[in-house]
Amino acid sequence: MQSRYSFGGDEHIFVETDEEMSLDAFFKALSVCNAIREAAIDGVTEVCPANAGFQVKYDPDVIKPDDMMARIKEFDADADDAEKRIDTRIIEFPVYYQDPWTHETLMRFRDRHQDPGGTDLDYAARINGYDSAEAFIQAHHEAPWFVSMVGFVSGLPFLYQLVERERQLQVPKYVRPRTDTPKQTVGYGGCFSCVYSVRGAGGYQMFGITPMTIFDPKQETNYLRDFMVFHKPGDIVKFTPIDREEYDHILGEVEANRYEPKIRPVEFDLAAFNADMKGVNAKLMGALNDG
Amino acid sequence: MTVKVLNPGLFTTIQDLGRPGYFHLGIPIGGGMDRLSLRAANLLVGNPEDAAVLETVFMGPQLEFEQDATVAVTGADLPPRVDGEAKESWTAFKVKAGQTLTFDYLKEGARAYIAISGGIDTPLYLGSRSTYPIGALGGIDGRPVAIGDQIPIGEGAGAKEGRSIPDALRRLPGNPAELRVLPGLYWRLITEEAGRNFFEDTWAVAPEADRMGVRFRGGREMTFKEREQPFGAGSDPSNIVDGCYSYGSIQVPGGKEPIVLHRDAVSGGGYFTLGAVISADMDLIGQLQPHTPTRFVAVDMEQALAARAERAALRGRIREALQ
Repeated sequence: MQSRYSFGGDEHIFVETDEEMSLDAFFKALSVCNAIREAAIDGVTEVCPANAGFQVKYDPDVIKPDDMMARIKEFDADADDAEKRIDTRIIEFPVYYQDPWTHETLMRFRDRHQDPGGTDLDYAARINGYDSAEAFIQAHHEAPWFVSMVGFVSGLPFLYQLVERERQLQVPKYVRPRTDTPKQTVGYGGCFSCVYSVRGAGGYQMFGITPMTIFDPKQETNYLRDFMVFHKPGDIVKFTPIDREEYDHILGEVEANRYEPKIRPVEFDLAAFNADMKGVNAKLMGALNDG
Repeated sequence: MTVKVLNPGLFTTIQDLGRPGYFHLGIPIGGGMDRLSLRAANLLVGNPEDAAVLETVFMGPQLEFEQDATVAVTGADLPPRVDGEAKESWTAFKVKAGQTLTFDYLKEGARAYIAISGGIDTPLYLGSRSTYPIGALGGIDGRPVAIGDQIPIGEGAGAKEGRSIPDALRRLPGNPAELRVLPGLYWRLITEEAGRNFFEDTWAVAPEADRMGVRFRGGREMTFKEREQPFGAGSDPSNIVDGCYSYGSIQVPGGKEPIVLHRDAVSGGGYFTLGAVISADMDLIGQLQPHTPTRFVAVDMEQALAARAERAALRGRIREALQ
């Protein structure tokens, strides 16, 4: 794993901690970003961690680009040895798979898809070697996910599944992006799930929808009163399949500002996870389901 | 006092200098696309440079004033009228209580900035009044202004009418427009030939040009160096593991049409970015009309910083001209 540093115009430093996705690359980017934030360098206005890289926006009138680059590179070396462990939370996240709204949308944009004759889930199941959409859905929700980036549009989480590389699900994005995606669609592209925080354009395959609001600029949703964005990098998410009846019930509770998502504090240690994925996942699920 | 919207025009939003600090959550920096014009409009009417103004694109609004105010219109050549009487752009003029401000057809550029003495006084959201319609944030209910809106205006004496910014200090893109580019991290993914073509070809602004970004077409399709796609990136050679995008970064989905991201940019995604337009030229992008021929010009960091310094000097000369 070798970081690549570059300038993004005269106001950004743009870094790839690795070309390919891994939690090691994520943790390294997060460590460097945390170090930059802690250093409170004059002129830095944005520190944005991503899946396997990060970006810093700075004012070159305050700190020269070469000096900014040198400061950040100092943190890079330390990050290699940093502990890859965080105190975080696990969240139960209800998903209504194969819902009517994403189905209507995916049918509307069939001409932009690799497989105009089927659905996004049928296609994803087939190319990942599953017999049915149901078996694929099972694989999608049985192991928890890790929020490895927040962005694209307001508060949209990218999630990486906590399983061995050979069990990672992979699907391409739409051949041409859609101009519409229902709000709170659970999507998939590359090796990432995402949850569309707002309605809009999108290129990820569509698998289902969640009744949980994850971005609320008015901050009326009861679990978003402190801040309008729900997810943070490092969150662990367990997708839980629900049916139409549960969807309608939860949606009603969310809209009445009284839905309480199930959230438990957990710690995540990458070395422990890499040594025993099943064991760590069982512990995470235990924390979610006990008490 | 308030200003009543009789007709909103095509897409008129409340903008200030933006909302830095939240891009890591996908909330863009926002703010006026042509910040030089936005600052100039405020200075003309006696506002702080960062006061909120109206940004209007292609077709101006009709606004009825409840009280007397000083107004200035800068940026695109979108000639203003007060109760039908023609007024100069880049020049402060008075609008009296009960009068209506309208606009003629656009002559040049794309976005005009309408500053009103006292500044627009809608609530601050995350430190800014800038409207971000995708996230329903800022402005009035997070949307462009609409018919019947009463835009609140702050207290402000207003500068004298007739103050003007000399022609030599106004800026609009040339024809062809030239945008200076600093090649970046993913330049390595395209072939040498594709890199040469990018700077040799004359591109044209596509109709898909908005606050998120501006698309260009008409140049040759890019070819990519042979490589095995990294795990998690996706199968297209223009795909990367979803990463950060910046204000000014140039992505080329499928190697076909470059898109330069602007103030309301998405903060990340899965397409490579070959570099970024330098900060000094970002204002010009806000003034590009569809079909404008455009050349990209390669520069190095030293040239980018020199251009940035020139831009700062220009702001200084505008301030001096109005003292």
